[in-house]
Amino acid sequence: MASLKLPYLATAALSGSLFGAGLYVSQMVDPLKVLRFLDFGAIPSGGWDPSLAFVIGPAIIVMFIAVQLGKRRQAPLFDSSFHEPASTKIDTPLVAGAAMFGIGWGMAGICPGPAISLIAFLPDNLWIFLVAMFAGSFAGSFILPSSQRLVNVL
Amino acid sequence: MESFTPLSAALGGSLIGLAAAVLWLGNGRIAGISGIFGQLLPPAQTVVWRLVFLVALVATTFAAAKLFPGLGVGGDVAARLVKAPAALGLPTPVWLAIAGLLTGIGTKVGNGCTSGHGVCGLARLSLRSLVAVVVFFGVAIITVAVTGVV
Repeated sequence: MASLKLPYLATAALSGSLFGAGLYVSQMVDPLKVLRFLDFGAIPSGGWDPSLAFVIGPAIIVMFIAVQLGKRRQAPLFDSSFHEPASTKIDTPLVAGAAMFGIGWGMAGICPGPAISLIAFLPDNLWIFLVAMFAGSFAGSFILPSSQRLVNVL
Repeated sequence: MESFTPLSAALGGSLIGLAAAVLWLGNGRIAGISGIFGQLLPPAQTVVWRLVFLVALVATTFAAAKLFPGLGVGGDVAARLVKAPAALGLPTPVWLAIAGLLTGIGTKVGNGCTSGHGVCGLARLSLRSLVAVVVFFGVAIITVAVTGVV
């Protein structure tokens, strides 16, 4: 199966490495910096930190180019097809889920990527956030309609 | 505003975009972190590459901080999480547990986070992702304003 071959796994490792480096270099690993970006109330006093807008912009541009390159190909290099997200519907789970995530993100300043990358530094209480996040993700899989749940194939 | 760091932000953002590009063109997979770890538990699919990705992510975060400690948190500044706002009377561990739980459920039910919807979805010009991004950014901004957590 394609997903167990060396080039496929090496690609996953390279991508994860670039992602981790990007989170550190951009300082998305700092929950307090993320919160200072989300703190629009500090704009009048000059205490707002707009840095994170400069993270997502270039990230989207680079990925946009990759998506355009991908459209010229039938398949990615190491698998038989592109795994496009199946749903294109704007429905209640999408909006309710995004809203719940928004509350969590605003409370702690930690989205899933930085949550994982912070394992490198083990700040106090991180394990509480991680265990809760994994538990929430697992619980959420039972809220989803069964058609969106996946079978175990390694 | 000494905390404003647009250059390192743009460099880091480009690396995150490159990470997403490599995974998409190589393996045809979306580099959404909530999706990558969210399908590790049953009902799971393709566990091995997800673990490889996540271990590489943590290891490189660690290595980058050792190589370039001057960039900030994780380097020459110790990483720390927020404290619960004193006015609400909740202990910090409870505050963080609630935040983690909402982040986990929300990204599973909403099928994506900052990377999956924010970077990959917007780059794919997905209207669904645009709606998710507007909602979670908007709600996060309101949450910070209401709780005064900063």
